[in-house]
Amino acid sequence: MTLDDLSRHQILELLHKAAYIDAHRREVSHTCDGRVLATLFYEPSTRTRLSFETAMLRLGGKVIGFAGAQLASVTKGESIADTIKTVSNYVDAIAIRHPKEGAALVASRAASVPVINAGDGGHMHPTQTLADLATLQSRFGRITDLTVGLCGDLTFGRTVHSLIETLCRFGNVRFVLISPDELKTPQYVIDRINATPSCSYVEVRDLVSVIGDLDVLYMTRVQKERFFNEDDYLRLRDTYILDEAKLSLAQPHMAVLHPLPRVNEIAVEVDDDPRAAYFEQVKNGMLMRMALESSVIGDELPGYVPLEPKEVQA
Amino acid sequence: MEVTSIQDGIIIDHVPAGTALKVLQYLKIDPSKTRLALIMNTDSPRYGTKDIIKIENVEGIDLDVLGLVARQATVDIVRGGRIVEKVQPHLPEHVVNVITCVNPRCVTTTERGIDQMFHLAHSERQEYRCDYCDEEAKL
Repeated sequence: MTLDDLSRHQILELLHKAAYIDAHRREVSHTCDGRVLATLFYEPSTRTRLSFETAMLRLGGKVIGFAGAQLASVTKGESIADTIKTVSNYVDAIAIRHPKEGAALVASRAASVPVINAGDGGHMHPTQTLADLATLQSRFGRITDLTVGLCGDLTFGRTVHSLIETLCRFGNVRFVLISPDELKTPQYVIDRINATPSCSYVEVRDLVSVIGDLDVLYMTRVQKERFFNEDDYLRLRDTYILDEAKLSLAQPHMAVLHPLPRVNEIAVEVDDDPRAAYFEQVKNGMLMRMALESSVIGDELPGYVPLEPKEVQA
Repeated sequence: MEVTSIQDGIIIDHVPAGTALKVLQYLKIDPSKTRLALIMNTDSPRYGTKDIIKIENVEGIDLDVLGLVARQATVDIVRGGRIVEKVQPHLPEHVVNVITCVNPRCVTTTERGIDQMFHLAHSERQEYRCDYCDEEAKL
């Protein structure tokens, strides 16, 4: 399951639902009573797993699952499809995370219950993108007509690619791609922006020179392993660290996002700045997972009025 | 150089020069069991050089696969020593178990019993991408 499988209306509906859930936590707390979600994590990702599980518990459901393939029957050589077919008999929905790219597709074809992709290797991580979108929605009330700066490792950061591609579907976004030459955005992502007439992009190396233009600054980790030599890494590293000095050049309404975990690319001093939105992003991640889980297996949310389809422009 | 004409079979013309053997392999035609003529690196007014494959006693071939490996090729169907039909391969939307994904991180490298599936990505380059991991196909 990728975000491309969801229509634009379905994505907006999820955003709408997440906001409703946030405002009506008590009312929605029994809409998944008696239902069970399996979280099958073939690689550890405590953050994502806790988010999925908390989301289910807050809707009144229960969770089973494993974290780490060494605990699972994979070590006995069971295929993904067989595991999924088995677990399908136990639960109402499955969230799967797997180090292999495309594992979620294998799972969804084998399953007889809904499957949610909780990350498949470097390929997709759709619920992260949903969390990013929800954060933009809650900060700006919209996910279009924004200048979005993406900074750091734009070559290997799947969250960045997925966010760009999804924002392109809604249109009217100016992208500012801030990275060293070694970590530029791959061509297929650039193609995607070029194929969207209402979107545009610029590629720059320096964060300071553009930070004043941005509505959103999406930071990513610049990993040492990505460089050929240590000197390049040390030279470039500081350029892409966000601190109060750089942030003082930015607009007062700018939102700073980060998929987390961060290492040093955002200084701790920035956390107290009202523009820091990355911990809010985590909350939104859980709310979006609640919206998703409730949509696939939950009862109707009491008092919730669905989004009118006509509000979406084709 | 002279190659005798075939009576019944097909002629695959305008095969990109030097790739005829690869084309046979993808079409799953076994040269040790099939009567065929290969002409490689011959002159072509249209492309400069080309390969030609003539296969005797073959009714049809998988045009989808041919479109994949030699999209500029043309196929002449021969009956009784005459060309009775000319067909053009097209780019298939989906190919199953023809190309193998080369991405070592792809789930197809470890999961047993699943098909190798690729789809045509509609970009300017018209490349094929793995259904699972979206890696570009290498032919």
